[in-house]
Amino acid sequence: MSQTEIAPMAAGNPDRLTGFKTFWHYFSVNRGAVIGLFVFILLVLAALSAPLLAPYAPDVQDKTAFLRPPAWQDGGSTQYLLGTDPVGRDILSRLLYGARFSLLIGAVVVTLALTGGITLGLLAGYFRGWVDVAIMRVMDLILAFPSLLLALVLVTILGPGLFNAMLAIALVLQPHFARLVRAAVMAEKGREYVVAAKVAGAGHLRLMLATILPNCLAPLIVQGTLSFSNAILEAAALGFLGLGAQPPTPEWGTMLATAREFILRAWWVVTFPGLAILITVLAINLIGDGLRDALDPKLRRS
Amino acid sequence: MLRYLLNKIALLIPTLVGITICAFAFVRLLPGDPILAMAGEHGVAPARYEELKQQFGFDLPIWEQYARYVGEVATGDFGVSISSKRPVIEEFKTLFPATLELSFFAMIFAMVLGIPAGIFAAVKRGSWFDQSLMGTALVGYSMPIFWWGLLLIIFFSGYLGWTPVNGRIDLQYFFKPITGFMTIDTLIYGKWAAFRSVLRHLVLPTIVLGTIPLAVIARQTRSAMLEVLSEDYVRTARAKGLSSARVIGVHALRNALIPVVTTIGLQVSTLLAGAILTETIFSWPGIGRWMVESISKRDYVVVQSGLLLIALIVMAVNLIVDVLYAVINPRIRAA
Repeated sequence: MSQTEIAPMAAGNPDRLTGFKTFWHYFSVNRGAVIGLFVFILLVLAALSAPLLAPYAPDVQDKTAFLRPPAWQDGGSTQYLLGTDPVGRDILSRLLYGARFSLLIGAVVVTLALTGGITLGLLAGYFRGWVDVAIMRVMDLILAFPSLLLALVLVTILGPGLFNAMLAIALVLQPHFARLVRAAVMAEKGREYVVAAKVAGAGHLRLMLATILPNCLAPLIVQGTLSFSNAILEAAALGFLGLGAQPPTPEWGTMLATAREFILRAWWVVTFPGLAILITVLAINLIGDGLRDALDPKLRRS
Repeated sequence: MLRYLLNKIALLIPTLVGITICAFAFVRLLPGDPILAMAGEHGVAPARYEELKQQFGFDLPIWEQYARYVGEVATGDFGVSISSKRPVIEEFKTLFPATLELSFFAMIFAMVLGIPAGIFAAVKRGSWFDQSLMGTALVGYSMPIFWWGLLLIIFFSGYLGWTPVNGRIDLQYFFKPITGFMTIDTLIYGKWAAFRSVLRHLVLPTIVLGTIPLAVIARQTRSAMLEVLSEDYVRTARAKGLSSARVIGVHALRNALIPVVTTIGLQVSTLLAGAILTETIFSWPGIGRWMVESISKRDYVVVQSGLLLIALIVMAVNLIVDVLYAVINPRIRAA
């Protein structure tokens, strides 16, 4: 239709700009959210520039420096700032490379879970009837199992490894998206703008994807952020149990698993990878809280 | 009420069927031949293979296999563990009390700290206490609990030497379990030293397992309380001149706790997932560690039945929570 004529104007659309400004206004009120965002950006930068920042390659072993403590402790040296692990690898370098895995896990899992959840939720909420019943019963079923247990069992079927772990976690997290989209679609479906679009002759696909979906985005963004941090936690837990990323991959949970037997001798091999997980997850959860405040008009304080 | 209950139970039937299908499918989805997969690393002789194939019914059509499986499960036959050669249900019965005991203490820990903290934060909204509590709660919520457990071990067991590192009780104490709950059993036998040993073993796992529920409950209590405190009836109660303690403790709290009960119920699934990690770290002989060990030992009969039993527990608890919810909130029953 007249889409092409409107498009150039949209670029300079003052409404858009104010939209973002309003969003930023509400988001930045939440100090924690801004800190979280800042930390998250740092993490992304660290992950991207890991080869430049890391003093060593993540899998280089120094046979003269097993379990070297961090620089500030007796016996440590600035050669290995955060110390070395049981086979003489630099922990700092491994953590920096590990950031890549955690962020990748979060991104891939959320993308998979979002795609699956949106598709199923749209179908269920839009068509209702037996489609709805069938889809939602399966979602209920997934939620009937403790998430980590189901992920464990799925990885047992698929075989251990990072990619299979991501698949399993995405499947486990996906019902939350499906439920959200379904509820939002059912709420929006009867609205006048949807009826208007239908009367104007829009097909099912157009109604679902172009008319209704954009109005369900806010809760999805918040849920997506929370799932991002959940995915990192669950992947680290799977790695810790030996079913996620396999050694010598410098994934944080896997690092913890291999360090476990040394906890009473070398606190640093355990402390730093876990701290990295906590900081990452906390930063993302802070962002999530801020997004919820900013995107949910009901919670907005004027 | 009865109608509500029956309705709830009827809604569970599809999930119940689904759970059995999942457990049934699990063994058949494993890569390779299910019998070879279940036999583990040692493999089987061809004659024994045929025997097992018949025993498990893998030569039957798939729907007949499923019917057979449901029949077995319904009569309480959950198979025999490949590694220990004991019936799975027997193992479950000895291990489950350990998980239940730990989960119970973790939940008590979370509620006893979380509910008052949440109430206090809501009453003192925006205060220093409120902000630091909510900050701490978010840290707790973001905690990789397997790491948290290791940190506590480093500090309390390694550095201070206060708490034991693993198990439920020191090895020198031995007695025949009565209830399976060691805190109760030691008291029945009147063994105080053993009771103290049990408590010392419980402390760290309880904290680790209770951390995430604590954070969730504190946050939920605070927001539920904030919502209720702005209601008209609370203002009325204040206007009547009731004491602040009475308004908060009686008028506000009772209504604020309704959503908190649901939250607590929803934590059961989180608890069982957390138990997998907590029990692994502390070598706690419960069903979480049992599942992880069975997976690494490839004892798939145990994994299959464990999956089924755990899902049944979660389902049963959710039903209880739904009923409790209806008991404390009459509006739900009417709907």
